[in-house]
Amino acid sequence: MIKARIKFEKTGSMKFIGHLDVMRYFQKALKRAKIDVGYSEGFNPHQLMSFASPLGLGLTSCGEYLDLQLKSVTSSEDIVKRLNDVMSEELRVLDFKVLPEDAKTSMSILAACDYKITLRQGYHLWENFRQELDAFLGNDTILFTKKTKKSTKEVDLKQSLYEYKIDYEAEEFSLFMQVTSGSVFNVKPELYLQAFYESKGMEYSPFTFEIHRLEMYADTNAKKGEVNMNGSDKKRVLQPLSEFGETVS
Amino acid sequence: MRKLAVSDEILLTIDKPARYIGNEYNMVVKNPKEVDVRFCMCFPDVYEIGMSHLGIQILYDMFNKREDVYCERVYSPWPDMDRAMREHKIPLFALESQDPVKAFDFLGITLQYEMCYTNILQILELSGIPFYATDRSEEDPIVIGGGPCAYNPEPIADFFDIFYIGEGETKYDELLDAYKEMKKNGASRREILEGLAQIEGIYVPQFYEVSYKDDGTIETFKAVNQYAPERIVRQAVTDVTNSSYPEKPLVPLMRVTQDRVVLEIQRGCIRGCRFCQAGMLYRPIRERDVNRLKELADKMLEATGQEEISLSSLSSSDYTDLKELVYYLIDECGSKGVNISLPSLRIDAFALDVMSKVQDIRKSSLTFAPEAGSQRMRNVINKGLTEEVILKGAMDAFRGGWNRVKLYFMLGLPTETEEDIEQIAVLSDRIAREYYTIPKDERNGKVQIVSSTSFFVPKPFTPFQWTRMATPEEFLQKQRFLKGKMKEQLNAKSIKYNWHEVELSALEGLLARGDRKLSKVIMDAYKDGCMFDSWSEYFVYEKWMRALENNHLDINFYTARERSYDEILPWDFIDIKVSKKFLEREYEQAKKAVVTPNCRQNCSGCGAAVFSGTKCGSGR
Repeated sequence: MIKARIKFEKTGSMKFIGHLDVMRYFQKALKRAKIDVGYSEGFNPHQLMSFASPLGLGLTSCGEYLDLQLKSVTSSEDIVKRLNDVMSEELRVLDFKVLPEDAKTSMSILAACDYKITLRQGYHLWENFRQELDAFLGNDTILFTKKTKKSTKEVDLKQSLYEYKIDYEAEEFSLFMQVTSGSVFNVKPELYLQAFYESKGMEYSPFTFEIHRLEMYADTNAKKGEVNMNGSDKKRVLQPLSEFGETVS
Repeated sequence: MRKLAVSDEILLTIDKPARYIGNEYNMVVKNPKEVDVRFCMCFPDVYEIGMSHLGIQILYDMFNKREDVYCERVYSPWPDMDRAMREHKIPLFALESQDPVKAFDFLGITLQYEMCYTNILQILELSGIPFYATDRSEEDPIVIGGGPCAYNPEPIADFFDIFYIGEGETKYDELLDAYKEMKKNGASRREILEGLAQIEGIYVPQFYEVSYKDDGTIETFKAVNQYAPERIVRQAVTDVTNSSYPEKPLVPLMRVTQDRVVLEIQRGCIRGCRFCQAGMLYRPIRERDVNRLKELADKMLEATGQEEISLSSLSSSDYTDLKELVYYLIDECGSKGVNISLPSLRIDAFALDVMSKVQDIRKSSLTFAPEAGSQRMRNVINKGLTEEVILKGAMDAFRGGWNRVKLYFMLGLPTETEEDIEQIAVLSDRIAREYYTIPKDERNGKVQIVSSTSFFVPKPFTPFQWTRMATPEEFLQKQRFLKGKMKEQLNAKSIKYNWHEVELSALEGLLARGDRKLSKVIMDAYKDGCMFDSWSEYFVYEKWMRALENNHLDINFYTARERSYDEILPWDFIDIKVSKKFLEREYEQAKKAVVTPNCRQNCSGCGAAVFSGTKCGSGR
């Protein structure tokens, strides 16, 4: 079997399609495109595929990843074209790379994600919103109470905020964030906005902002199961998931 | 980017937003401004059910093959979306263009089961189309109904401008051409309806008047418009091989009930089971050529990427070239990772061989539909399945490694006695006993029998259209009696007994053989909050009973009453080309428990031969 990685984008009305349905979409698209996918054994064989990280309902992205095992490969260009010929305009394949034989799945190596957060049409922010948010995110600690059904837990979101930048040039609000992601520890970007609103004693409405995922990274300096958050001894070396393989021509 | 009719805020608050965004793979995109006729096709139930329906896929494809028509789709908004749409005053919209339904020329509603009738009113109300056909203006779409329930359209006649009686492939081109021409010439709504009424198979209810006798039965049923024919003749395809069939079916973005490619191998059935409406409505048997089916299977799988293909027909085992087709599919699909689903297959050596190839024996179960427990009762309903055949099929399957059996029966069939009911339990037990005749070391653990009973609902255009349906109390008594008998069986612990809801069956019985007087009941029930009646969590029997009472109508008049042969039945004006004389003869034979041979054994002269290609009954 040949290990391969597909990078794709999810835009427009496709944001209303949940993760499992995206998976099913790819299963069918791979068949339509006649990609030579490998199957598991047994009476109900399924395609050997796995996603880096499920994208929440309502979010768009230009940096989603899907790992596949293939029986044969033509060329990256051919496979991208064949897939896009049988896929929605709002679900596009951007890149196809063949991975080294010993490559780990994107799900297991995912360490961080980039997000762009913008204001949804029809919503407004107060005058000094950008400055105030900037100052909040610049604090040494960003305490946030995570509520689950069973318990409430206070976490410091600052540890998992690797980078952020508010665009002061643009007319509309735009925030760039890089945060911890992956199977060991995962943070949703809206938690920061929620924490900010709560610090102001205000209620956070989930519809005010639109969230767009830009890219996903692995930390090449981290061992298995290790997460190098802010304050850890080790230096993070983040590399986009698309850079782990080779383009086939 | 596609503009959606509903805002992100609403779509992200309701359940399953994918129901409302369209954009399925193979969705047809046209510029509505460049067509002459806009047709909105509706399945009045939730998206997952509607998207699983083959008939809409056939018509959607067929209409859109025409350059002058753009056919789009709409399904019933689920109650959460219904609330949001009312609150935010969002008119019901079609999935493709996201344009309001009211902007269309036609709203076509498929009528697959009676319990969707209140959903029709929901569709009309959310669209802003007046409920009653006679209240509609030039701005409103023409509301057209079709499908099996259109064969007794009377309970919902007031809500429709037109009913199409028959198979869609036959007359829609003529209808669309006629409409287009009249629209171009500036015809009024009334002129259009009069024009369409002249097309064979088209019924315009407002052009007919019904009068009733004191006892509530029909006195007269008359056409009151010069263009309306006295009798409406069912339209049927004669050559199914060359009739329109979708080669690029829609592929939903979310999981739907039947998420697979559907291959309709034949239409009609030779069996003549006397309770079965489809078996009469779709006569005669018409087989699609096996080479065409192979070609269609290949094309559809390629165009959809679906992982399962299902054969569709009323009785797959009767398809002449079934072996050739199935082994072809096993060879083709197996290599492509596609599953094959074979419903309505009679259990025999061939079926077991196929099943062992396409499914995991340990996980699958065998299904038998004896429909009745005793041989006498099976003769009454003309179900040509004998106990010997069932036991042999089960035994062969047990030896092949199966140990799970599902059995389907009906309670309340005409002439049923306690002895007949008891035989349901006895047969269930006998199958379990057969299993235990296999030496212990050769069996695969314990046997599991699941026996289910539904309540028999007499349907129009069947030999039982005159028969008295049991009341809910009688049904419950029968069910309790059977439950007791099940417990008395030797293998009672291996038998699980399931039953259907009795109140839903009673309502179905009311609507199935109802008349025009029921439109007010349906309206009142809807106004009282009834919707999604086929969903047990939304079905409220008491509201329906209240609506009947308020309209001074008695459910037993419609259900628990034996009709005489000379009574004018509400659907008598429809000629399905299966003669009333034949149905009468069949009912008499039923009462005597005499079976009628199937169409291949001997023609019974029902009348449907007019739709057959060459030799009726052969399917060719």
